[in-house]
Amino acid sequence: MKLDWTRNETLVAVVILGFCVLAALSDPGFLSVATLTDLLRNGIVLGVFAVGVFVVLVSGGIDVSFTAVAAFTMYVTAMTLNALMPWMPWWGALAVGMAVGGLLGAINGVLIAGFGLPTLIVTLGTLSVFRGFMLTFIGQKQITTLPPGMREFGRMMLLRGENADGSFYSLHAAFVVTVLVVVLTWFILNRTMLGRAIYAIGGSVESARRIGINVRGVQFFVYVYVGVLAGLAGTIHASMARVANPFDLVGLELSVIAAVVLGGARLAGGYGTLTGTVLGVALIVLVRNSLIVLGIPSTFQSIAIGCLILIGTGLPAWQARRAAARAA
Amino acid sequence: MTAPLVTLDGVTKTYAGITALDGVGFSIAAGEAVCLAGENGSGKSTLIKILAGVERPDRGTIAFSGAVQGALTPRVSTDAGIKVIFQDFSLFPNLSVAENIAMTAEMGAGARLVRHGRIRDTARLTLDRIGVDIPLDAAVETLSVAHKQLVAIARALATDAKLIIMDEPTTTLTEREVRSLLAIIRLLKADGVAVLFVSHKLAEVLEVCEHVVVLRNGAKVAEGPADQFDAASLTLHMTGRAVGETPPAPLPPGAPVLLQVEALAKPGVFDDVTFALRAGEVLGVAGLLGSGRTALAKALFGLVAPEAGTIRLDGRPVPLGDPIAAAAAGIGYVPEDRLTEGLFLTQSIARNIAIGRLDAHARGGGVLDLSALWGETRDWLKRLAVKAPDPEAAVRSLSGGNQQRVVLARWMARGPRVLVLNGPSVGVDVGSKAEIHGIIADLAAQGLGVIVISDDLPELMATCHRILVMKGGRMVEDLPGGSVTTDGLAHRLAS
Repeated sequence: MKLDWTRNETLVAVVILGFCVLAALSDPGFLSVATLTDLLRNGIVLGVFAVGVFVVLVSGGIDVSFTAVAAFTMYVTAMTLNALMPWMPWWGALAVGMAVGGLLGAINGVLIAGFGLPTLIVTLGTLSVFRGFMLTFIGQKQITTLPPGMREFGRMMLLRGENADGSFYSLHAAFVVTVLVVVLTWFILNRTMLGRAIYAIGGSVESARRIGINVRGVQFFVYVYVGVLAGLAGTIHASMARVANPFDLVGLELSVIAAVVLGGARLAGGYGTLTGTVLGVALIVLVRNSLIVLGIPSTFQSIAIGCLILIGTGLPAWQARRAAARAA
Repeated sequence: MTAPLVTLDGVTKTYAGITALDGVGFSIAAGEAVCLAGENGSGKSTLIKILAGVERPDRGTIAFSGAVQGALTPRVSTDAGIKVIFQDFSLFPNLSVAENIAMTAEMGAGARLVRHGRIRDTARLTLDRIGVDIPLDAAVETLSVAHKQLVAIARALATDAKLIIMDEPTTTLTEREVRSLLAIIRLLKADGVAVLFVSHKLAEVLEVCEHVVVLRNGAKVAEGPADQFDAASLTLHMTGRAVGETPPAPLPPGAPVLLQVEALAKPGVFDDVTFALRAGEVLGVAGLLGSGRTALAKALFGLVAPEAGTIRLDGRPVPLGDPIAAAAAGIGYVPEDRLTEGLFLTQSIARNIAIGRLDAHARGGGVLDLSALWGETRDWLKRLAVKAPDPEAAVRSLSGGNQQRVVLARWMARGPRVLVLNGPSVGVDVGSKAEIHGIIADLAAQGLGVIVISDDLPELMATCHRILVMKGGRMVEDLPGGSVTTDGLAHRLAS
């Protein structure tokens, strides 16, 4: 099979392989079940975020408020369930989180689809408003005693075991949720007319209007969907950390957008695949984790991730331009 | 006798006191092709919008198959089988050919899930119907303009079109592509589909039309069977005056060579291009799409880097592949697509002209001498007769002809020696076109060398002293102007 080097997916996959080879050479312990489960665990929340951001980018918009939505949701969900519905089982807790996230996403949706405001401006605004509102009016203290449903979910493991050296490894059940989110989103984007309409709007809003696509309706769906996923990610994060810290998550936006862009989605909209997004997340998680394992100071992380973005998105763009210049 | 497919009667529309359409009435029968001719601003686009249900007429009625429509909406119009193919085609560049063709039909059928099989079948069937083979999985952005147009036609057909309205269908097509479009129109007509061509460049579609309607300033000024019209009479009706094309004044015998291009080559694009351009000469370059004509034009201005050869201006070599050096040497380039390559659309007319002269009006420390700059800008607006209400208005508010003048004014202000004009009258109306040709003649009379690259063969015949024929990246012929007819030239290009 011939590799298509103008695709981000190829490049990112090759970089991931190369990175693993380097890591394995310098630390023989790298190639182990423990490393794998560790990486998967770290990809759970990032992955759910990234899928949401990917959908927005495909529609030609951008959302930077999702981390604030997630933080708000996990805090409010933990607080409400503790106070009013401690009997709620784990799946109920996740559902409440998704509902709260969806409501916040609907605020973005109304402002963007309803009033036609620019997406970056709206979500920059709501990022600040959601976070500020939570810290001012709801609370700033960590909730260390989570409601029973979230505690139950926090303890659920898909598999656990012991390494030869006596250390433990485990894979959290939330990994299944991330996989389900990827599968569901893939289905929506590629197998429903709604998903094709999202791609169509990302390709040309004006054309979409002219052939009768309900552009506002589709945009509203997109921002609610991102909100739902952000709420889900926030609830998972708190359950796994066994604490709802209102200062968590915010600040992660750019890493997530980086992962999605690295995977081939374009900020202009209409392009990209979920495969690329998953690979992008894998690479970012790998870099964040392994640089520490390799004994490289963590401040190098941001340099490394920055370089990856420049090379990972710059190289295909440069190759596409060269191909275009040859064809001209 | 059955009622015509569409009947307009006394349709009138005013915008803010300006009458865009004034009592226009005509009808279109099934399987009939109608030419709606008119210059920019004659009310053509308003008429399209009214038929598409986007705008409501103030007075007058529209009937589909004899049934008078009360309030026409886009939905009603589409359901009645009226499909507009806009000049920009309104396709999705990121989606595949199959999806572009079938999406509207699928949405119309109320589909919620994507059925790849059905989408491909629809696309395959409609493409077969017009006898075209385009790969179904190709992304539309990778297609040529002509293929994009075919995809747009196929999309209209996929939703049971009864009347296809084509807005400016031929302006971006080459001679040969227009031929194949006409063949497809004949197929559609045989199938009972009616076609309404809306354009100011209609002479080439006349042969497939039964009926011609000419609009001027919102009113119908002429109507009749197509065989009663020809290019000249159409132009006369559209402009209300005879637009004369005079052949270029002969070149003085001793005119010095201005630009000498030797063995210019870019592998796979153009090869061994050699020609000389004399002062005061207008040189035409004719070639089909893919003949290398556009790449050559760009290469002369450094936008495409040739790999071998030389360009000399007044005997001095011009660095290759460097537009800034080419401009400094005195070469100007007016691109084919002035909207995306030639103008800052949202900026003012004055700024669009002034941008070319910023360095000349810079005082110490890079501060601009604004009064001199604006003074010169106003002067050029006047000299090129740009009809602009206000030099501070955005360029996008101007008509095509006036936009082209703004691009020309920008270059003229720099005092160039050689101007390369790529498709100088693409998308401008007939009246403006004659005036642009007049400007070209004036430029040559002032001693500039002008190179005109165009698909519009009558344009080349009317403006050029000499015409170079380009085929497969090579200059195959060098014809003195006036030695060939338009048909003869078309034949040489296609053979």
